[in-house]
Amino acid sequence: MAVDISAREYTTIKEAAGPLIVVEGVEGVSYGEVVKVVTPEGEEKTGQVLEASRGLAVVQVFEGTSGIDTSRTRVRFTGDIMRISVAQDMVGRFFDGLGNPRDGGPEVIAEERLPIIGAAINPTARDYPREFIQTGISTIDGMNTLVRGQKLPIFSGAGMPHNALAAQIARQAKVLTTGEPFSVVFAAMGITHEEASFFIRDFERTGAIERIVAFINLADDPAIERVITPRMALTTAEFLAYEYDMHILVILTDMTNYCEALREISAAREEVPGRRGYPGYMYTDLSTIYERAGRIRGRKGSITQIPILSMPDDDITHPIPDLTGYITEGQFVLSRDLHRRGIYPPVDVLPSLSRLMDEGIGPGRTREDHAGVSNQLYAGYAEGRDMRDLVAVVGEEALTSRDKKYLEFADVFEKRFVTQGKNEERSIEETLDIGWDLLATLPEGELKRIDEHIIKKYHPKYRKRA
Amino acid sequence: MGEIMKIAGPLVVADDMRGCEMYEVIKVGEEGLLGETIRLDGDLAYIQVYEDTAGLKPGEPVIKTGSPLSVELGPGLLKNFYDGVQRPLEAIKAKVGDYIKRGVYVEALDRAKRWKFTAKAEEGREIEGGDILGTVQETKVIEHRIMVPPGVKGKLIELKEGEFTVAECIGRVETDTGEVELKMMQSWPVRKGRPYKEKLDPDVPLLTGQRINDTFFPIAKGGTGAIPGGFGTGKTVMQHQLARWADSQVIVYIGCGERGNEMTEVLEDFPKLIDPHTGETLMERSTLIANTSNMPVAAREASIYTGITIAEYYRDMGYDVAIQADSTSRWAEALREISGRLEEMPGEEGYPAYLAARLSDFYERAGRVRTLCSPQEDRIGSVTVVGAVSPPGGDFSEPVTQNTLRVVGDFWALDSSLADRRHFPAISWLRSYSLYIGYLRDWFTKFGAPDFMEQREEMMSLLQKEAELQEIVQLVGADALPPRERCTLEVARMIREDFLQQNAYHEVDSYCTLEKQYLMAKVILQWYDNAKEAIERGIAMEKVELMRIKDAIARMKYIKNEEFRAKYEDIMRDMKEEFEALMKQGSGS
Repeated sequence: MAVDISAREYTTIKEAAGPLIVVEGVEGVSYGEVVKVVTPEGEEKTGQVLEASRGLAVVQVFEGTSGIDTSRTRVRFTGDIMRISVAQDMVGRFFDGLGNPRDGGPEVIAEERLPIIGAAINPTARDYPREFIQTGISTIDGMNTLVRGQKLPIFSGAGMPHNALAAQIARQAKVLTTGEPFSVVFAAMGITHEEASFFIRDFERTGAIERIVAFINLADDPAIERVITPRMALTTAEFLAYEYDMHILVILTDMTNYCEALREISAAREEVPGRRGYPGYMYTDLSTIYERAGRIRGRKGSITQIPILSMPDDDITHPIPDLTGYITEGQFVLSRDLHRRGIYPPVDVLPSLSRLMDEGIGPGRTREDHAGVSNQLYAGYAEGRDMRDLVAVVGEEALTSRDKKYLEFADVFEKRFVTQGKNEERSIEETLDIGWDLLATLPEGELKRIDEHIIKKYHPKYRKRA
Repeated sequence: MGEIMKIAGPLVVADDMRGCEMYEVIKVGEEGLLGETIRLDGDLAYIQVYEDTAGLKPGEPVIKTGSPLSVELGPGLLKNFYDGVQRPLEAIKAKVGDYIKRGVYVEALDRAKRWKFTAKAEEGREIEGGDILGTVQETKVIEHRIMVPPGVKGKLIELKEGEFTVAECIGRVETDTGEVELKMMQSWPVRKGRPYKEKLDPDVPLLTGQRINDTFFPIAKGGTGAIPGGFGTGKTVMQHQLARWADSQVIVYIGCGERGNEMTEVLEDFPKLIDPHTGETLMERSTLIANTSNMPVAAREASIYTGITIAEYYRDMGYDVAIQADSTSRWAEALREISGRLEEMPGEEGYPAYLAARLSDFYERAGRVRTLCSPQEDRIGSVTVVGAVSPPGGDFSEPVTQNTLRVVGDFWALDSSLADRRHFPAISWLRSYSLYIGYLRDWFTKFGAPDFMEQREEMMSLLQKEAELQEIVQLVGADALPPRERCTLEVARMIREDFLQQNAYHEVDSYCTLEKQYLMAKVILQWYDNAKEAIERGIAMEKVELMRIKDAIARMKYIKNEEFRAKYEDIMRDMKEEFEALMKQGSGS
């Protein structure tokens, strides 16, 4: 790496508060510049300029400000923005939240040093995602289809099996037409040791470790580092996708911890808070992460994102899931109720959604009956759930025979369609056929959301006759 | 010339800036990044910068341009794709590649392209602002009328004809203050509405082909509408549907702080979708403005003004223009973010105290107007604005939704419980309203059908009645209701499922003519009348519920618009026969 001659060093820290230091008497500091801070004990920390004014710089220190004093600590401005060294050799390696090797291996020999703040993709350069990804999970493939280049988060809560689900997706996801697997870029922010080792063990067990790059910031690692970790991961993902034509699945967990780090910095800067103390620019900030998913016309690779976030108190209106849902192209919502009843994966299909589904399914992609079956299953399950609420009040006797059919439908749907094994991989045909078996329990006149000729072709009643 | 004193996110503070005006365009730093002043304080100017500010240093130069943020207006706006400050995105891609880089300057209107100009005004005539000089066939379907810029008045002493670029002189006017050169292009400051003669009453509907919009909550040409809804309730699909099918001549689609892939979808779809009104693609009459969520936040703030100024320009030519702004909440958040950086005293939920004023300024620029021009040219044009609102947590009590509701005429409330059960469009029939009903009544009676309004009111009251009955059903179950009430529940279900639900992705159902809407409603209400009669004659409700005709009613929406009139007769006949058979059988037993 070329030595930057403009690097300047100061010992003029005026103030240290929370994750921030204020350095005075500085000159030529640029906004967003990377800073190296050396404490009197010789520990080197990394920071970034948050505010540059004449003679004064506000710097956030990723490793926290412990050990920093106001007389002997040296602050060196590097004259460069935040970058990461990327190379194809990173596949199969583990790094910490700032991109340093964590697996005892050597430093990465950089093919390129890329700025971690990605520029916005020109909307005219994007290629609309429409290739079906088969995850082998019925609730996803059948009803909330994931496509290549999409960003689709898992909204979960403490204690729910979102990690198992994410690992299963990472393991089973493939594009149907080519059958090629995805490479995974995994970014962990503030997750526990157990959670991290669950993923690592799962990747090792299945051999997925050969096609993975992991950036891991654990719960006891510096909190402020978490604002950098996803950007390190995404920059690496972009490099692999667009330079080496790889199809990358990026798993970001847990975005809630990322947002808390953002709030901590905002509070330290005494900014006007938005909802629940989160900064007013959190929407814009999150979008600079999520919007890095996608496909670019004329380039082979793609980036598909599955961010995981735990909703505080399972509240979907909390600012973190709320703002995320406004940016991502849908969401999988895990339900505590289903989880309690021992159903895996506990995906609640009613609030779940994939916005890019319509383009990714149908003839030539999945099957011509996909849209109709999916809509009808939704409608039937929604109706059945309403009946459940009703039964709780008036008892089952008060239901009409039509209503009772729906009540049963909801139960079978959860038992046969939603429930599947942690290693069970269903093809899309299997998923749709299960769907038809369930729909066949309803009177045919109720199947209003499916075109007549599709019913004639796929309904088990007519199939048997044919 | 001043210099940078401080940089914090999209906000730059510069000093030595005395003499600078509010909302003046400023070139910031060595790279000349585009910005605009938003506060002045002594020698200091606070500048919001439309590009990424990383790497800027205190001490870099800041240059005043002396002009406010403006857009270029002229042939070439349609079929184009701009960012929030009217930079052409295709041209930027051609210049710097797949990612948007900063400090790139490309003119909004192509300076090299030559347009064939046909003169219409006679030399020697007295002309004034808004008068049509001549025309250019801008796209296959839109004739671009080149107008005298507002404020210019005098004698037309020369008008050329032939092929010109937008910046070339096409004529001269002798005014009181001297000679003025005319070009095909004019420029207009985005924060100032273009002048017109008079605003007209909103008494002509903008037909959208969406049953719940046209029949239940119609919007007028020149009206304003808001679509608030939590995520996943279908705001964007609704906006796309209105853009595709509404009978406006020009569309300005503003993607304000939304998803990149959504803009790509618009960009891929519009050039392919055939527009039922012209037979050409939708792109032939559209301008797209995209400032996605990850593009600079200050340009997001400017994007809705850029869009509405372009819309007003086409309105002045005499066109009906529709603006789709998705989403105004992201615009309000941009406002909040910048206000926060200015350290202004926050109002409700951190939004600046002037949020309400800014929102009403924007929506008031909509309207159906008699345009500016000399009396003999008298024209009418309109700008209809539909804004999506994304309330946090789907909670409509938040400031952006509430302040929007105070100024708009149509409220299409999206309901997430409807979306969850895949009832689309998820517009709540109980919470939504249209303030234009009073103005539009005459139109519908005259051009729709004499009993159009009565049918609408009957359906709405049935749904209202259903909501009341549902409360009882929740307590005692549907079986406990008398047959008459169960019949009401049944017809309400038909209205909801077979009339209000409309599939945007279905080839036929996506667009429904007003005639088909009227006839569909007629069939459902006829069924209700017959069913009531059958029940009064003692026919069991179970039998009525199992009628075959209900399947035909459920499939009405998939019958092609042009074939509907004939099929309608069939359905009505079959229904009559089935009811007659039912009654005969009933009385026989």
